[in-house]
Amino acid sequence: MTTSVRREPTFVGMPPFPEAAHAELANDVQRANLRAATHTIRAKRDAVVAEVPDWELLRRAGEAIKDDVLAGLPGYLERLEVAVRAAGGVVHWARDAAEANTIVVAIARAKGVDEVVKVKSMATEEIELNNALARAGIHAWETDLAQLIVQLGEDLPSHILVPAIHRNRAEIREIFVREMGRFGRPAPERLSDEPGALAAAARRHLREKFLRAKVAVSGGNFAIADTGTVCVVESEGNGRMCLTLPETLITVLGVEKLLPTWSDLEVFLQLLPRSATGERMNPYTSMWTGVTPGDGPQEFHLILLDNGRSDVLADPVGRQALRCIRCSACLNVCPVYERTGGHAYGSVYPGPIGAILTPQLRGIAAHRVDAQTASLPFASSLCGACFDACPVRIDIPEVLVHLRAQLVDGERGPRDRAEEVGMKAVRWAFEKPWRIGFAQHVAGVGGRFARHGVIGRVPLPKRFTGPVSAWFADRDAPAPPAESFRSWYKRTDGGQEE
Amino acid sequence: MERYEANREARTVILDRLRTALDDRPKPPPVRRAYRRERPAGLDVVGRFAERVADYEATVLRVYDAQDLLSAASDLLREAGVSRLAVPTGSRLAWLTRLGVELVVDSPPLDNDALGEIDAVATGCALAIAETGTIVLDTGPDQGRRALTLLPDYHLCVVRADQVVGTVPEAVARLNPRRPQTWISGPSATSDIELERVEGVHGPRTLHVLLTG
Repeated sequence: MTTSVRREPTFVGMPPFPEAAHAELANDVQRANLRAATHTIRAKRDAVVAEVPDWELLRRAGEAIKDDVLAGLPGYLERLEVAVRAAGGVVHWARDAAEANTIVVAIARAKGVDEVVKVKSMATEEIELNNALARAGIHAWETDLAQLIVQLGEDLPSHILVPAIHRNRAEIREIFVREMGRFGRPAPERLSDEPGALAAAARRHLREKFLRAKVAVSGGNFAIADTGTVCVVESEGNGRMCLTLPETLITVLGVEKLLPTWSDLEVFLQLLPRSATGERMNPYTSMWTGVTPGDGPQEFHLILLDNGRSDVLADPVGRQALRCIRCSACLNVCPVYERTGGHAYGSVYPGPIGAILTPQLRGIAAHRVDAQTASLPFASSLCGACFDACPVRIDIPEVLVHLRAQLVDGERGPRDRAEEVGMKAVRWAFEKPWRIGFAQHVAGVGGRFARHGVIGRVPLPKRFTGPVSAWFADRDAPAPPAESFRSWYKRTDGGQEE
Repeated sequence: MERYEANREARTVILDRLRTALDDRPKPPPVRRAYRRERPAGLDVVGRFAERVADYEATVLRVYDAQDLLSAASDLLREAGVSRLAVPTGSRLAWLTRLGVELVVDSPPLDNDALGEIDAVATGCALAIAETGTIVLDTGPDQGRRALTLLPDYHLCVVRADQVVGTVPEAVARLNPRRPQTWISGPSATSDIELERVEGVHGPRTLHVLLTG
C-alpha cells in the first residue's frame, strides 16, 4: 500500500497569467460552468447580505479587529500558545512549507499510520502537504466533496471554497465512476449525475475512511488568542468527522488567523457564512479548545505557519491582504475570474485575493519574482467589485496598483524606457504654463496626421518604427485641434470678439 | 514533547521576523462595536427561529405541553422509521423512555462502529439562535459528546423556548469557549456540485426540531 500513494499535480511551472488565461478562455464548458456558478452564488450572497441592516458596521468591525491582530501579532501568538498548551494541546512553529510538512509527517509516523483524513484547508494546499505525505508513503484522503472531486480527478483546485467549481455534474459523475474504486469503496454501478446521488456516493465512499482513521489534518478558520479555541466552519459534516473521530488531530494554521477574544467571533460568524456560501449560517461550525477528556481527539497538535506571511506583514500597504478570511466573495464577483477560472492564476489562491496574496507570499517585495508571479498583479481590470464584496474591506485594487508599482520600480534600468521618457516630458510641460502652450502648439502640428478626426497609423518610414508607430499601429487617438483652448481664449478674449 | 523542543528555533525566528515586519508600529483605529448585539425590539424570537430552521429544510414542530411533546416525538420517529435511538445520559431526556423505541444510552461510551449502526439520536441543546436558525450544542449532559450527534443519520433535537436568543452576539456572550461546541444550522449539506444545495452528506441527513413551551 505504501508504494502506491499517488502524487498530486501542482501549480509549479504554470505559464504567466495572460498566456494561461488565453488557454482557459478557450474552454467553453468551463466558462459555462463558471458563469452559472458565480451568478448563482452572487445572487444568494446579495440576498442574505441585504437582510442584515448593520452589514457595513460588521465589515468595519471585522476590518478593525483583524488590523488589531496584525499590529500585535507576536504578542497574540504567544498568548495563543500559552492557552493551547494549558488546555492540553501541543504547539509547533513552522517557518516554511517544508518545516510544516516535516512536522505533520513526523507526527503521522509516530502514530504508525499510513493514511490520514483531511478537512479541506487552504494552508495545507499552500504547503502541498499531500505530496509531502505521499513521499513518506502516507495517503491523505480529502473528505470535502469538491476537494475529493479534485483529488480523484488528478486535477487542480480552481476556487477557494468550491475547488471543483469548474466541473459540472456529468464530469463529476465520470470521475467518481472511474476513480472511486481505485481508492476504496467504488461508486454504485448505475450512478446518476444528479447532485444528490453524487453526494450520496461520496458519503458511502468516505464513511469507512472516517471510521478507521487514527489521524486527521485540518486547517482553521479562526483561533482565539485568549482561550486557545480553534474554529472550523464547514457544511458537509466531513469536518466534524475529522475533528471528532480520530485519536490525533493536527491543525495547520496560518499565523494571521488569530482573533484576540472569544467575543470577536460574534462578528466573524456573521461575516463569513453570508459572504462565503450566501447562507445565514453554514450547516456546521466546530470549536474546540485543546483536548477534552472523553470527547474527540485525545492528542491535539497546532502548527503555526509563517511561510511568507511575515514578508506580507512587512509591507504597510500590502499587509491588509492578511485580513483575508478565505470567504471567496471576491472571486465570485470578479469579471476576470468568471471568465478565466481559477487555474489561470497558477496558485492555490486564485481570483482577486490570489492576485495580491500569492505575489506577496512569494516575496515580491524582497526579491525578483518569476514571470508567472509578476503577471498576477496585472490580472485585473481594477473595477473594484472585489473591494465592495470583501467582508473585511481589503482594498484589493489599492494593493494591485501598489504591487504593479513595485514591479515597475524593480525593472527600472539605467536608461529610461519610452513610457518613462513620455511621462517625464508630461511633467516638464505641466510645470510651467508657457510650456503647456508650447506643447499644445506642437500637438496642433501632430493633428496634420489626422484622418477623419483621429490619428491612426503614423506615416513614418519603416526604419523609424519605434514606440510611437507601434502605439498608433493598433490605436486611434483623437486628433488635437488645430488651435488650443488657451490660444482661442487669448485671441477672442474668452469668446467676446468671435 | 521532544519535537516540540527541537522547534524552539523556528518559534524565535518567526516571532523576530514578525516584530521586524512591524517596525513601522502600525496604530490600528479602535474596534467600534456599533453593530446590533441584541434582537430587534418586539421580535418573536421563537417564531423567527422556527421559520429560519425550516428554511434549511429541517422539520420544526412547536409543542406546548408534555403530552404534546411525547406524541409529536413518537410521530416523527415513526415516520422516519427509527427503531433504535441513541441518547446521552442527561436526566432531562427521561421522558424518551415512554416513546416505545429501543433506547441506547451512551454510557459506557459506544464505539464509533456501534454508533454508526444506530438509526437516530435525540438530544437537547445549549441554546438556539433565532436570526440564523442555529442550534448550539456544547456537550452538556442532555447533549452528550460530539460524535453522538454525528454518526446516526437522524437527529431529533429538543429546544426549549427559553433557550432561544435573538442574535449571534447574544449567543457568543452566553457560551463557554472551554466547552467543545457544535453549531448546527439545518441538516448537513453541500453546494459543491454546480452550487446546487443538496441536504445530507456526512452528518445526519435529517434534522427534526421540537420546540417546547
